[in-house]
Amino acid sequence: MGRAVRYDGDLLARALRDPASTGSLDAGGWTALIGIARAEQLAGTLAHRLEGVAMPGAVARIMVDARASAAQGRIAALWEAEMARRVLAPLDCPVVLLKGTAFAAAGLSAGVGRSIGDLDILVPRDRIDAVEAALLGAGWEWVKPDPYDDAYYRRWMHELPPLIHRERDRMIDVHHTILPLTARITPDAAALIADSVALGNGLRMLSPADMLVHAAAHLFADGDLAGGMRNLWDIHCLIEQFGTDGLAERASHHGLEAEVHRAARLAHALYDTAIPEAWRTRHRADALYRRRLTARDGWGRPTRPLLRQGFYLRSHWLRMPPAMLARHLWTKWRKGYRPV
Amino acid sequence: MTMMVAGPAVRHSFAVRIGPVGFRVGSDWRTPIAALETLYADYPAPADDVPDFSVRLFARRPWRRFVRPAVMIGGDYVLPEAAPLPLAQGLLAAEMGMNLQMALGQRRYLLLHASAVERDGRALLMTGMSGAGKSTLAALLGRRGWRLMGDEFALIDPETGLVHAFPRLVSLKNAAIGVVERAIPDARFGPLMRATPKGDIRHLVPAAEAIARMEEPARPALILFPRYGFEPAERPVAPSEVFVRLTQASTNYTALGEPGFAALTRLVETLPARAIDYPDAESAIAQVERLWAAL
Repeated sequence: MGRAVRYDGDLLARALRDPASTGSLDAGGWTALIGIARAEQLAGTLAHRLEGVAMPGAVARIMVDARASAAQGRIAALWEAEMARRVLAPLDCPVVLLKGTAFAAAGLSAGVGRSIGDLDILVPRDRIDAVEAALLGAGWEWVKPDPYDDAYYRRWMHELPPLIHRERDRMIDVHHTILPLTARITPDAAALIADSVALGNGLRMLSPADMLVHAAAHLFADGDLAGGMRNLWDIHCLIEQFGTDGLAERASHHGLEAEVHRAARLAHALYDTAIPEAWRTRHRADALYRRRLTARDGWGRPTRPLLRQGFYLRSHWLRMPPAMLARHLWTKWRKGYRPV
Repeated sequence: MTMMVAGPAVRHSFAVRIGPVGFRVGSDWRTPIAALETLYADYPAPADDVPDFSVRLFARRPWRRFVRPAVMIGGDYVLPEAAPLPLAQGLLAAEMGMNLQMALGQRRYLLLHASAVERDGRALLMTGMSGAGKSTLAALLGRRGWRLMGDEFALIDPETGLVHAFPRLVSLKNAAIGVVERAIPDARFGPLMRATPKGDIRHLVPAAEAIARMEEPARPALILFPRYGFEPAERPVAPSEVFVRLTQASTNYTALGEPGFAALTRLVETLPARAIDYPDAESAIAQVERLWAAL
């Protein structure tokens, strides 16, 4: 099975960008595509993109299941948002949905078939204690028992330590900004909230430009690009739906212009996203990012370990100053944590 | 394009269809694949050669393929922090990997952690805690005029209410191994794996009929909650208790949402349910036959 051909994430990117291209896949190719899509949390998205495309019966059944699973995931995610809304409503503070839940609540194309994990919300920093107390009083509990992790989150992170609801077993991440406080870039959190958009159910979402800025920040200024194909698909859908007018100005207001441009270039490269001609410049590092984003084999296994390791180190480099980084990695190492 | 690091190709692989579900298993070692090939020799390939799920058996570090080889279980769906198994238990790792894909990834059917046997187009479901004897009873009934549909998962189609067969290798544990070896001496068994995390394990190849007819679904007709190690007894089980026990026995009831609830309540409302206690297999089989005849 799949002996001769070596697949990577480009197989998935091509199927998302050009669904008809799957017409040339044999059984091994379909199998690899499904494995990579699951590993990248894009099975539901792929299943929606491929609706109406000719495919073997076994694949069609898998796609039906993936769409049903995403539909149920959407119901559960919106219910979780509603649960949080009810608890936080008496506080009379703006609650902004982020990422997948926001896309689903607003009916955006980025939300179609998207897998949604935790509930991510943004609240004003000066209200975060009240938000935390309200959630703790309504059945949410700490996930991280480790005092180092807890203290680290509270002092340096852009969010509270993750909370989990003891009955529904769902996590909530309460953000007060979109990048760690230790990062060299400091987005304008007050502007994110001031320009957020009401959703009609008492909750809010970021403005379209800020959603794009947030997605780009998350992808290129924070993490190690894990799950990056899905984040980049979000960016693709947001640009396709809202365009790029005013985006560069907004990005530079938050200090994230380079990240937004890189996100747009890579979305264009992987998903053929329509971006302005002037943005289609050549950057040597883009090829490395692309190879990291697509580092999967036909079994869904992570590949290119050195490249992954490099991006892992980079994520920490971006996140904190060198002395602090050394101390942090040493503490984590002693606790037995090993990357990759 | 140059490769910075060439990830090793999947060295050994195997594909199989069990009931309506296709699997592929990739492995860093040959031995688990060889065992699967032997024990699943009479099973078909996945439909259209595209498996529903992938399982990977791999070494955490390259040298652990050779030095104290430890088998990590991976796949489309994984549990974090799963402990590796020694290579001698590679077959068990493969079976656990396939079960895990079903438990975490199956969305087409409501999954009940239950054994199932069929007669005259009607199915008997048996569910209970580990050690209740559901695998043993299904294996024995499967040689005594019943068709074995599965010893681990019963697959309920939410649209039709029918149960679909999932006759994987029957997983016999501890004392059940000897009981079944004595009762069915001519059966085909896998290797005896001692002192696994689940105790001693030996797999039994289902009867030829169970494999040949695995595409035939059946209408559920009776649900039993067996309990081994007690004097023979039986009692009816109230629908409320059946409901709770089936939600606990289902790995994907919550994930299926409303269709899962509808399928489960339909079972509760339409199936007679009995709890049976039994001291030995012969006694249990007599109880089953009596209850079935009284339907």
